[in-house]
Amino acid sequence: MRVTVRLFARLRDIAGSSELSRDLTAGATIGDLWRQLAREFPELAGYERSISSAVNADYARMDRVVADGDEVAFLPPVSGG
Amino acid sequence: MVLPLFAIGSAPLEVDGVAAALAQAAGDAGSDGAVVTFLGLVRNHNVGRRVRYLEYEAYEPLAVKAFERIAAEIGDRWPSARIALHHRIGRLEVGEASIAIVVRSAHRGDAYAACRYAIERVKQIAPIWKREFFDGGDVWIEGATANPDDERARAEAERVACA
Repeated sequence: MRVTVRLFARLRDIAGSSELSRDLTAGATIGDLWRQLAREFPELAGYERSISSAVNADYARMDRVVADGDEVAFLPPVSGG
Repeated sequence: MVLPLFAIGSAPLEVDGVAAALAQAAGDAGSDGAVVTFLGLVRNHNVGRRVRYLEYEAYEPLAVKAFERIAAEIGDRWPSARIALHHRIGRLEVGEASIAIVVRSAHRGDAYAACRYAIERVKQIAPIWKREFFDGGDVWIEGATANPDDERARAEAERVACA
């Protein structure tokens, strides 16, 4: 299955792109996708404990199973206001 | 044109328009006794650095949902208070407003507290980021790990709001 990955702020800078497409095996979680990306872009690994994640623009936990066509977003610590 | 209550956009913020939208949505029949507005501005200094300008970005659909969630939390905690909240993205110069919050309520105490609560919660859970361009470089500012279900963080925002 295929998902869209959205990256923001410094995560986007590290990956060099705000949007990626990635193939996952059935049953993969957000955490699995994150670890796949962290192998591809080792600088992401430092964010393991501080990121938040979302699926289809709703906050979701890293153990959430993703579905084909989902938009999965990874969010570094926020700084709005 | 009436503005939405919750919005992200690159145009300069219009606090009067946000206040008008809230007044219309609230359908106030004279029961509100207070309106509190908050504008957050781009400051020319931060931790000893001379700030030239900021660039904001947001995960827009989730940010608007975060604003709606904050409004619902305020409705639970201060039932007479209603809120509108706009956040600007893109490049902002020193002195420009990055966020406008308007709160109406029956009494000033609730309006002040709910307004303070709203800005604290934005800083905790809204998926918005600022990149600071200062003399000598630039850096993404990274604050809180966003977790709307973190009750300790929410309680801290309420504590600050009511201090």
